[in-house]
Amino acid sequence: MKETIAKLEDKARELRIDIVRTLHKSQSGHTGGSLSAIDMITALYFHKMRHDPEDPAWEERDRFVLCKGHAAPAQYVALAHAGYFPREDLMMLRRLGSHLQGHPDSKSTPGVEVCTGSLGQGLSMANGMALGLRLNGGASRVYALLGDGELQEGQVWEAAMAAAHYKMDNLCALVDANSLQIDGEVAKVMGVAPIAHKFKSFGWHALEIDGHDMAAILAALDHAQTVKGQPTVIVANTVKGKGVSFFENKASYHGVPPSDEELPKALECLGCME
Amino acid sequence: MSTMVATRDAYGETLAELGGENAEIVALDADLSGSTKTSLFAKKFPERFFNMGIAEANMMGTAAGLAAVGKVPFVSTFAIFAVGRAWEQMRQSVAYPKANVKIVATHGGVTVGEDGGSHQSVEDIAIVRAVPNMTVIVPADGVETKAAIRAAANHKGPFYIRLGRNKVPTIFGDDYRFEIGKGCQMAPGSDLTIVSTGLMTAQALAAAKLLQKEGVSARVVHIATIKPLDQEIILEAAMETGAVVTAEEHSVIGGLGGAVAEFLGESCPVPIKRVGIRDRFGTSGKAEELLKYFGLLAEDLVEAAREVLSRKRS
Repeated sequence: MKETIAKLEDKARELRIDIVRTLHKSQSGHTGGSLSAIDMITALYFHKMRHDPEDPAWEERDRFVLCKGHAAPAQYVALAHAGYFPREDLMMLRRLGSHLQGHPDSKSTPGVEVCTGSLGQGLSMANGMALGLRLNGGASRVYALLGDGELQEGQVWEAAMAAAHYKMDNLCALVDANSLQIDGEVAKVMGVAPIAHKFKSFGWHALEIDGHDMAAILAALDHAQTVKGQPTVIVANTVKGKGVSFFENKASYHGVPPSDEELPKALECLGCME
Repeated sequence: MSTMVATRDAYGETLAELGGENAEIVALDADLSGSTKTSLFAKKFPERFFNMGIAEANMMGTAAGLAAVGKVPFVSTFAIFAVGRAWEQMRQSVAYPKANVKIVATHGGVTVGEDGGSHQSVEDIAIVRAVPNMTVIVPADGVETKAAIRAAANHKGPFYIRLGRNKVPTIFGDDYRFEIGKGCQMAPGSDLTIVSTGLMTAQALAAAKLLQKEGVSARVVHIATIKPLDQEIILEAAMETGAVVTAEEHSVIGGLGGAVAEFLGESCPVPIKRVGIRDRFGTSGKAEELLKYFGLLAEDLVEAAREVLSRKRS
């Protein structure tokens, strides 16, 4: 297990390097929220989820919905490293004609299940997938990653209500609670706390973890799989921009890519010597 | 005398039939299954019916998710809530990914009646038409509704089918071959063309008979598929008759009239008069009264025809 955790931590570091490189190249995209989510995304794509990069349409696969679609770079680097498409494609993020669109587009990118980007809509789609997969029988699970600012969207709570009503125990939501949004601290813009408590009151099983502790992430994902009769939410306390010291905890790096001056310093932070 | 059938009843029956033919078909509703008639499907296939409660945005996204795992979801509620409230969900979760979701909304237009303006959608055709990848169909009667629902089930991609509340006269025979994107000439004519959709086609046919008495030969072209529009039949009508009246139970902004005017304006400008709701909200009343109140009867089409003919002559 310790080996697994160490491997995953190293993979997350590799993915952080590619996030920073990719965004520097595109000069457009969402740095902070991609870096805060990547540990959970690493755990999902490289350990927890059953999926096949050679067969993105494999019927029995688990499904992942990046509800906070602006963190697309985090999903894209994971898909690239997993083998869904060549790593070089990352250099074409957000370019005209690229299959790597600004926000996840199921029509363009292998491995992307639905189109997200408009906050608050992904969890509903995850619900639909969970219902459909249950009708099909089989053991497929659905993972939905949301932002904490995203919880301000009312539709999230419609979906939360429905997930509990329909006892979607094949659904696991994760909240990347990095406490920041575009206009500043979530608590100051429109407070959403207490997050776990809210989900519990909607009928969910709720866990709270450190979203950068790989062992805790894995344990939470394993635990979620044992919960019957209700969906599970993993509320992950995270740091926006995690991994690059001068990006950390800054709302200003929400939608701003690393500059030419920042890139080498960011790579150094991530232990990349190239 | 023709039979009277509510298009929503035809939908409910057809959906229940289709459920037996295709195990992937599922249905969703927002607490209105008794009105939309998805209740018939729900009774036969309870495990494939999902009442989402009064939460239309979530319902639309849930349908998209079901489609993403291979189901064929039919999503229903009243028109204003289906594509009004859940417009952005339709746009982002259904249209943008080209999800195989069939939005079948009932209670379109003012004939919703006593519930009044909040429930009478006068804008739905316009706001769906403007979204890429959406196919928009407004059937005229029970026969066409059954065919359109079946066609939608068999065609991959997002659909918006707009039905009404009340019984309407059956104008198509059992030999009618419905085709997505194809209009239907209901009556020949040479002086002008009435291009109509939904329940207004029955009014258009009545108007043509009245006009005949005045010595005016009015062609009637029924357009069920507003998008993609059958440009051929409309262009032919404009070129051959030289004047057009459009008729819909919808605002004159952006619906069938908008679509026809946009197209003819570029291809064959002729005098046009759009008959519909003149940029107003609906109001409470009996359905028949409201059609008269909003100027949506055969006599209103006759007046519009006279007006457009006078512009044609001058």
